[in-house]
Amino acid sequence: MNITLQVWRQSGPDAPGGFEVYQVNDISKDMSFLEMLDVLNERLVNQGEEPIAFEHDCREGICGSCGVMINGQAHGPQLGTATCQLHMRKFDDGATIVVEPWRATAFPLVRDLIVDRSAFDRIIEAGGYVSVDTGSAPEANHIPVPKPVADTAFDAAACIGCGACVAACPNGAANLFTAAKISHLNLLPQGQAERWTRTENMVRVMEQYFGSCTNHAECEKACPKSISIDFIALMNADYMKAKFKNRRLVAQT
Amino acid sequence: MTTELDARVPAGPLESKWENHKFSVRLVSPNNKRRFKIIIVGTGLAGASAAASLAELGYNVEVFTFHDSPRRAHSIAAQGGINAAKNYHNDGDSVHRLFYDTIKGGDYRSREANVHRLAEVSLNIIDQATAQGVPFAREYGGLLDNRSFGGTQVSRTFYARGQTGQQLLLGAYQALLRQVDAGRVKLHTRAEMLDVVLKEGRAVGIVVRDLVTGEVTSHSGHAVILATGGYSNVYYLSTNAMASNATAIWRAHRRGAAFANPCFTQIHPTCIPASDEFQSKLTLMSESLRNDGRIWVPKNPGDNRPPNEIPMEDRDYFLERMYPAFGNLVPRDVASRAAKRMVDAGKGVGPLKNGVYLDFATAIEREGLEVIRDRYSNLFEMYNRITDEDPYKVPMRIYPAPHYTMGGLWVDYNLMTTIPGLYSIGEANFSDHGANRLGASALMQGLADGYFVLPYTIGDYLAGHLGEPVVPTDDPAFGAIETEVSDRVEGYLSTNGTRSVDWFHKELGKIMFDQCGMSRNEAGLQKALSDIPALHEEFKSDMRVLGSNESVNQSLERAGRVDDFFELAQLMCVDALYRRESCGGHFREEYQTEDGEALRDDENFSHVAAWFWTGDAAKPDLVKEDLVFENVALTTRSYK
Repeated sequence: MNITLQVWRQSGPDAPGGFEVYQVNDISKDMSFLEMLDVLNERLVNQGEEPIAFEHDCREGICGSCGVMINGQAHGPQLGTATCQLHMRKFDDGATIVVEPWRATAFPLVRDLIVDRSAFDRIIEAGGYVSVDTGSAPEANHIPVPKPVADTAFDAAACIGCGACVAACPNGAANLFTAAKISHLNLLPQGQAERWTRTENMVRVMEQYFGSCTNHAECEKACPKSISIDFIALMNADYMKAKFKNRRLVAQT
Repeated sequence: MTTELDARVPAGPLESKWENHKFSVRLVSPNNKRRFKIIIVGTGLAGASAAASLAELGYNVEVFTFHDSPRRAHSIAAQGGINAAKNYHNDGDSVHRLFYDTIKGGDYRSREANVHRLAEVSLNIIDQATAQGVPFAREYGGLLDNRSFGGTQVSRTFYARGQTGQQLLLGAYQALLRQVDAGRVKLHTRAEMLDVVLKEGRAVGIVVRDLVTGEVTSHSGHAVILATGGYSNVYYLSTNAMASNATAIWRAHRRGAAFANPCFTQIHPTCIPASDEFQSKLTLMSESLRNDGRIWVPKNPGDNRPPNEIPMEDRDYFLERMYPAFGNLVPRDVASRAAKRMVDAGKGVGPLKNGVYLDFATAIEREGLEVIRDRYSNLFEMYNRITDEDPYKVPMRIYPAPHYTMGGLWVDYNLMTTIPGLYSIGEANFSDHGANRLGASALMQGLADGYFVLPYTIGDYLAGHLGEPVVPTDDPAFGAIETEVSDRVEGYLSTNGTRSVDWFHKELGKIMFDQCGMSRNEAGLQKALSDIPALHEEFKSDMRVLGSNESVNQSLERAGRVDDFFELAQLMCVDALYRRESCGGHFREEYQTEDGEALRDDENFSHVAAWFWTGDAAKPDLVKEDLVFENVALTTRSYK
């Protein structure tokens, strides 16, 4: 197939950027989107032009490295699919495809299609863990976890930290990302001891970097793991409770 | 040069070696730990778990990853599970059985003491991960579920759907970030280690390049830990992530760290076959699928009927036929070679005739669609996205692909390389899997090293250096290496050749897969040893790396990695040529039984081949570490 690409090129955070148009002919419909970019890059190098910088690693939809806006949609048209798992058969022969980096204030541009998502790590640092030093864990089967609870915690834990939720959100909010981690840990018995401090601290850091949620639900649609916005509701409920629970005198109630 | 290797395996009966060793190693007292600085490179399961554990103990830790976040490390892609000898299923499992299965699965080419320790601490790993909130699969009673994996006859594999590696890595990553928040770990992202620095024979630091600014800087510590993973990408097409590379361990090797058993590589049987020449990597389909999938090919070569139209009598369920006791659950090396034999015999399936079927029809009939969906839905969806075929209706097509490297930096029982102060953990070392790794054992080993072995053993070295300051980074030892690194980078940029780095990488991969892949022979290896240096010379004079050093330059990053792969590839071929036997993943066509199984030569090759750098990649020095088996009898592996 033959396609026309309009790709955002920008040599650095402070350099001016703009769209470049590339005609990419003779590609196979069975190629992944990133393999198509590989082919284009190979051709660019052969012509003496600098290849397009984009992030990618596992190419199995699990590492969360890749992700670009494709025709205005985070990770492109296929639901529940990261960019690396999107294949060219989802596009028409002769199509024009617009490729841009994630656009969000909290994700400053690094180069071309690469952005800096380290604000996500700051949110996790604020409490996205269970404080259990190595060696201090009890026997794994001492605490039974009902299967539906474990399964729901897993649904939340499936987040790959790609940032599509932020890119898709008109407000640049990271509520789905943050809610996924909070819900994963808050649902499990192992996460109870720090439930209320975790929620307050992670939300606080989230708000330092990201916009606010106004329930557009674009994030759920863009999420390559189809994580439900129900978890945002759970986070909000826990955040409200935390405001009371974290007061010392009522912590036990 | 070194002529002898001391593995420092503790004396005493197998079951008490680790216990005794923990008591006999020197300790660093809690108030002194903060006086030591430890550098860790890599944030996969091994690196992240070691960093978190060492910081919890009170050491100052600096962590380096070339990713934008520690969570991206390739451990994240492990699908199937993690082994532990919990015996929750009451099916006869024990520490000794896990030890035995691992030694046997590795075709008797690993150290007894290391493997037994691995089996012992496997129990703690599950406890630790569960306490961290890793959402392992559970039974309806709320307790942990298990499944079986290849090479074993018990159910000891813990799993989190098809994303066990992701969940375990996130557990370790979260523990690591907790320490970052506590100020005990300093995290450097987008920082690629390009060399290790030695002073008076000891590792004292590393030199890294900032992947955003191109700046080359030095970092010093009392000890350096390499947790940088394996080198399957030497084959270009593998299941490894695109950026996985051998540069950290290769640079350490060039500075004096022995490289052990480089030819022991694992070709994983269940990957999606390549669809065209532009394929960038191969995707694994978890081994757990072999629990329910049946592998077959048409009996007659060139049978072009769609799979559903081929009647039973025209199908060859070759693993069940050849290995009735283990059937579809034979170890990976055995399954891979059998599949290759079928494809070589013209029975391959799919448009390029480069696969075999993995069929779930029987399991769906037996268990029902819902049960199969519950177990494997994410894998089936991934397969569907890639191939546009529905594995609930038509069998998957699979073919072996390079997946894991058992070889790596030689380490002693303390996980220290031949360079004092330089440690290697996880896939980057050679330690526990012998000539073949069993499924669900990579996660086990990475976390064992990081959580439960290194935090004990590193104190033994550090205790001897109490009160010594770190070597300052303005020491000439650092300056010299910084200059070398910068020159190397500059060299790639100024070559101005005609071909891309990827083109050379692909060509190297083809040579390696053909001559040093699933099966090897003397003529092929000799040919590879003449082709690779020639291609390497061409690479050096004809590569084209555009752009500059001072901003993100992915071609430049790859140039250095591919340059190192060229040298490593030669060492792999030298080792494969030297090892005149077949064992595990190393199959030399000259050494096979009448029915085509691997033929070991215990008399002459029951040892670790540790290679030292001499300045010429094709002429390394060999030092042998004899493997002594006191607790298992060496038998021919049989899965029949």
